[in-house]
Amino acid sequence: MDVQTLWFILIAFLFIGFFVLEGFDFGVGILLPFMSCNDRERRTVINTIGPFWDGNEVWLITAASGMFAAFPDWYATLFSALYLPIVIMIAALIFRGVAFEFRSKHDKPAWRNFWDWSIFWGSLIPALLWGIALANFIRGIPVDGSMNYTGGLLNLVNPYALLCGITSLLIFTLHGAIFLALKTTALLQEKAMSFARKLWAPATLLCILFMAFTRTETDLFLHLGINPGIIPVFSVLALVSVIFLLKKNAAGWAFAMTSVAIAFSTITIFMGLYPRLLVSSLNPAWNLTIYNSSASDYSLGLVSVVALIFIPVILIYQGWSYWVFRQRVTADSELEY
Amino acid sequence: MNDSMDTLFLARSQFAFTSIFHFFFIPLTLGLSIFTAILETAYVRTGKEKYRQLTKFWGTLFLINFAVGVVTGIVMEFQFGMNWSQYSRFVGDIFGVPIAIETLLAFFIESTFLGLWIFGWDRLPKALHAASIWIVAFGSTMSAFWILVANSFMQSPTGYTMATGGTRPELVDIMALLLNHNVWQQFPHVLAGGIVTAGFLVIAISAWHLGKGTIEQNAFETSLKFGAIFAFIGTILVILAGHSQMQNLLKTQPMKVAAAEALWESENPASFSLFTIGDEEGLKDVFSIRVPKLLSFLAYNSFEGEVRGIKNLQKEYEKRYGPGDYIPSIVTAYWSFRFMVGGGTLMLFISLIALYKVIKESYTFSPLVRSLLFWSMPLPWIANTSGWILAEMGRQPWLVFGLLKTEQGISPATVVSSTELMISLAVFITLYAALAVTDLFLMKKYASASINSAE
Repeated sequence: MDVQTLWFILIAFLFIGFFVLEGFDFGVGILLPFMSCNDRERRTVINTIGPFWDGNEVWLITAASGMFAAFPDWYATLFSALYLPIVIMIAALIFRGVAFEFRSKHDKPAWRNFWDWSIFWGSLIPALLWGIALANFIRGIPVDGSMNYTGGLLNLVNPYALLCGITSLLIFTLHGAIFLALKTTALLQEKAMSFARKLWAPATLLCILFMAFTRTETDLFLHLGINPGIIPVFSVLALVSVIFLLKKNAAGWAFAMTSVAIAFSTITIFMGLYPRLLVSSLNPAWNLTIYNSSASDYSLGLVSVVALIFIPVILIYQGWSYWVFRQRVTADSELEY
Repeated sequence: MNDSMDTLFLARSQFAFTSIFHFFFIPLTLGLSIFTAILETAYVRTGKEKYRQLTKFWGTLFLINFAVGVVTGIVMEFQFGMNWSQYSRFVGDIFGVPIAIETLLAFFIESTFLGLWIFGWDRLPKALHAASIWIVAFGSTMSAFWILVANSFMQSPTGYTMATGGTRPELVDIMALLLNHNVWQQFPHVLAGGIVTAGFLVIAISAWHLGKGTIEQNAFETSLKFGAIFAFIGTILVILAGHSQMQNLLKTQPMKVAAAEALWESENPASFSLFTIGDEEGLKDVFSIRVPKLLSFLAYNSFEGEVRGIKNLQKEYEKRYGPGDYIPSIVTAYWSFRFMVGGGTLMLFISLIALYKVIKESYTFSPLVRSLLFWSMPLPWIANTSGWILAEMGRQPWLVFGLLKTEQGISPATVVSSTELMISLAVFITLYAALAVTDLFLMKKYASASINSAE
């Protein structure tokens, strides 16, 4: 395996980490205003992700910096092409990020309410935009021979991309609802469960619809960089199984299944793309690939060593932090504000 | 103004605005994380309740600012690709390496262990809890190191060779990148700057509490003591590191030094400008007070030695790099240098006063001393900001010194138009203004609150 392929896999892995982990804390953020009107209960909801959300977000930052180091042209083309959507996403993440810290620092209801809605929008917008962005990468965007984006903002808004955006939004929300059911008790838990049950049908339906349209709208299943085989099927099956697990109150397994669904969908996309990074809708010769966009072998080798040593270490201590905060958060226990 | 000029101006304004704002919070949180870690260590070692309360008090101020530092950092991470796509393509092979290592080595431990620290007061054993904030501080320090490795390549490129075809520099020697002299002067300088910033904040707030009379006299005396030592050590280090950095700049970026000194012609021995009003077009003094030989002394620790002037360097660079204007904005370089050095000198003086008071254990201040200690709070911010302005503006017209000019680095106007840039700049200005107001509101609230209320 060449080092470019290794980095393609690593970046796929970083995105999987981001979608699976930040996916549920986006979901929790989206559900926050609807879980309760009571401040203590809202704080309980926030505290289920309080210790984790920032570490989860670093998976995105790392994916971006990995793109920069391994495939500078990919990083440059992508971030300049999606300029305004990224500005919007950053604005959302800024509001959300400070909201977690600022919310508790003042006790006026209007203040708390404002930050709760910041968390809501700050979670909803990126969850939607990531779906839209992903759809555009695989469908192709107008990129010219010098790797520069030649389209406008409207090129990014198309029915297929919107479908993918709403799908990712619903799946993350479902993922978050199940996480909440795992981490809370009593009334909050029941509410989370009921949200999960309600969200399941539309999320699954849209996911299947999205897969179907991916067949017609993209060459993902035709080009077959690497044949994903039955991985997409597993992804759908995992999602289908969620409702049965929820009915049995097996939230832990249901959470595992939404994680599998998110991870396998991401894997499908990356496998279908390989060795492409970004599809040019103008000319296949202008596609960005892991070979025409990569850094030198020396730089790639260097960052590979660091990544291969430290990603396992990161997994260990992040895993340990999840272990430390494994207990359910309840409104009657003492809450860290 | 044509569109590419327009976008260049807007992209530069946005980068300057967002990075300066980001850097309001970085040195502070870097220093405060270490400060909080020291207090919590004192708590673990002595078991005294006072130290636990102080940890919470200063820790809260740390957290408020850390949040803003984190979210404004996201912008920095994406902005290279967004606004500087040609730069990213050109330099990604080298610049991307420390950026990626920074996220892997620094951001993950910062964010994970900060979560453990905030939410782990009742979950973790005391020593492990204190270790968490030390790890956060270590993470922040690592972050500063790797980003300065990246920046140092822009200041004075090392460890690279031009790729075949000459399209981009490629990394060939990681050790040369890491051992870049610029790294080892800039990194201690910035780290010490962080310690100074936290130190002065602590001094100012403690002096304010002690001055207004507080029942928590003892806790704020302790804070002042720690803060004064912190600020003094930091100031000494920042001056030493800054001094050696300046000497190195004479070798790597002499134009920056010449511009910072408004030194038009080469001089031997060279004089140091105390106050100059210059004519930037004509490259000459309008009015100037200079101390003879002092610049040579600062540069070479001797009253002999040539310091090259702006005009000579311009000629030299034209010969080496082809025709063009290689002179940065002199008025910016000159005054940012003076604000930085002036701020540093004042801080040395004020930290000595604070240290003297602490050593004499005299915690009742005359109104003058109290105002002095309180109003010295902004000094580190002035020095930090002008220091970075000097570093980045003094490098112009280069984006990567000798390799890529700033105008060559921006995203093509066909990709990111001036309209898009105006929208994003407006978004960031509005957002950051709101963040600044909110941060100051919370800082005031928590800095003036009693220690117990930070529980």
